[in-house]
Amino acid sequence: MSTTLISIRDLKVHFDLGGGGPLDKLIGNKLVRQVVKAVDGVSLDIIKGETLGLVGESGCGKSTLGRAILRLTEPTDGQVFYRDRDLAHLSSKQLREHRRHLQIIFQDPYASLNPRMTVGQIVREPLETFRLARGRAAEERVQELLETVGLSKRFIKRYPHEFSGGQRQRIGIARALAVDPDFIVADEPISALDVSIQAQIMNLLDKLRREKNLTYLFISHDLRAIRHVSDRVAVMYLGKLVEIADAKTIYNEPLMPYTKALISAVPVPDPQVEATRQRIMLEGDVPSPINPPSGCRFHTRCPYAIDKCKEVVPQLVEIKPAHFAACIRISPAQPHIEDVPPGAAPGL
Amino acid sequence: MAITNGNLLEVKDLRTHFETEDGIVKAVDGISFRLKRGETLGIVGESGSGKSVTNLSIIRLIPDPPGKIVSGEVIFNGADLLLLPNEAIRKIRGRRIAMIFQDPMTSLNPFIKISRQLMEMTRLHLGHSKAQAYEHAIKMLETVGIPDARARADNYPHEFSGGMRQRVMIAMALSCEPELLIADEPTTALDVTIQAQILELIKKLKHETGTSVMLITHDLGVVAGMTDHVIVMYAGKIFEQARTSELFSLPGNPYTKGLLRSVPDPTAEQGKLYQIPGLPPDVAHLKPGCPFAPRCDRVEQICHKEFPPFVQLNAEHYSLCHFARDVYADSGGTPL
Repeated sequence: MSTTLISIRDLKVHFDLGGGGPLDKLIGNKLVRQVVKAVDGVSLDIIKGETLGLVGESGCGKSTLGRAILRLTEPTDGQVFYRDRDLAHLSSKQLREHRRHLQIIFQDPYASLNPRMTVGQIVREPLETFRLARGRAAEERVQELLETVGLSKRFIKRYPHEFSGGQRQRIGIARALAVDPDFIVADEPISALDVSIQAQIMNLLDKLRREKNLTYLFISHDLRAIRHVSDRVAVMYLGKLVEIADAKTIYNEPLMPYTKALISAVPVPDPQVEATRQRIMLEGDVPSPINPPSGCRFHTRCPYAIDKCKEVVPQLVEIKPAHFAACIRISPAQPHIEDVPPGAAPGL
Repeated sequence: MAITNGNLLEVKDLRTHFETEDGIVKAVDGISFRLKRGETLGIVGESGSGKSVTNLSIIRLIPDPPGKIVSGEVIFNGADLLLLPNEAIRKIRGRRIAMIFQDPMTSLNPFIKISRQLMEMTRLHLGHSKAQAYEHAIKMLETVGIPDARARADNYPHEFSGGMRQRVMIAMALSCEPELLIADEPTTALDVTIQAQILELIKKLKHETGTSVMLITHDLGVVAGMTDHVIVMYAGKIFEQARTSELFSLPGNPYTKGLLRSVPDPTAEQGKLYQIPGLPPDVAHLKPGCPFAPRCDRVEQICHKEFPPFVQLNAEHYSLCHFARDVYADSGGTPL
């Protein structure tokens, strides 16, 4: 039976941009307080041993969600349960102890490595911080970690700038693994890399997951990569989850109109397929998360939107077994929006 | 005007080298290709393969020093661009060959209104009056799908989103009805739904105006949907060139094959992804033999010693490999 490793409940991360103060009135600035609702009420269970793909366009809040789980960004509201503790409400001392088991890998492996530390020092630092190993034992552990991620131990005394992007990403992975974590947030780990190197890193992450029994939250805007690495996929749009299902289902039978458009927009490396494909073209841009649209946040771009969509905030509903979507125009009885009569909203 | 057998552009043995502290980097080293009128040519490659330097060499925007076009010809409409005086090439750039780049924010002047930046093009190249140029700018913004174009024309670049800025760049590039549009990673910085919009727009405008397009990208998916011919570059060389449909179905080079297999296919089952081992080579220190040999899964003795031949596999299909015919046959092709 699958067990839940991390349970996120109604998590919110709001960034206050200020505005609306007495001075703003005086100098003629905006009179309303501006708040970016980067993550706005996300509930999600991450199952032990899975790779959960989190996909969405820039500004949808996917990275903020990943960071908020680890409290690298303070959540505004909500809970994150890990081993029966609510990480969102732990004291900083307690958090430190628990967060050891939760690690993160960043997109830009250069910006996330200290340029003045050698590879050996970088990978060794967490061992010392958490008093996991010292002296000779630590040295051996560092060598072992480098080998695990496919780097030669000859590199121990080198500095990050001497490495290529893919190798730097491997260093970042070695550092994350140093503390034997349960869970890793991989935040766009392959976006900055070349195609041939992306495949190497995806394969490495997958191998490590199986060998070390890890659980991943794999954040990416690259739908092809997400489809490949994930067991389940969650789709985010302007701070909210709009669809969750297993990776195959979400690609073959997306239900929520945004997911449909997103998947149809992915170019497929096959000229025959591309020549005959019918794309769902979305009009316009992603709206600003500062004043997101009312009701369903996708209604401004949705080809199926009706008036009700402007008013009602759709909830994630289990439309098919283990397949959740947030759209009032579909329901378990009428899962396919194409078959729903015009104007009808069976999900209401 | 001399029209040479339907070719708008013909690049012959182009070599662009950079002098660095580390030695001479042969960023582009002896490449040749043709682009027919009205066609779209894709150039694919990983970073450092020389695809952008190829594009910059064609329009002579290589910073010199450290870069230098060492040899070659770039025949555009019968004239060699590399021999033209600076004055003449400036009249071609923007007027007959237009470019769009990856990052539209850095290509637009942040201090100048969108309308004025567009007007500059037609005033300079087509001799438009202010009023004419303004109307033309509005018309172009409408063509590329800027909603409420007249009102937005007087905005500054930062007031536009990334996708909208790329539309402005396209409007600017197409405002003098160029014969060739060079698009260097035009959608790499954009979200996937916006990418789809921009690619569709380029396709539509190409269809309407008959402009030829050179599309430089690292994304094989984009190439598959947009181009007639493809060139695959690696370490400054053309490794393979073919009609797009042929390249994807019957690749004749181990590098192309590896690239195609390492892109996750959303319709396929999961499993271990094929990976090309190792790293792209350091072009400043290439060893003799085939530059791909250290990463190739089909490598043999000869690959480490001798530079591979450029083998013709079919009417329009070439591959740089000692074993090109075998690789092509393995894919299911019948070599010439």
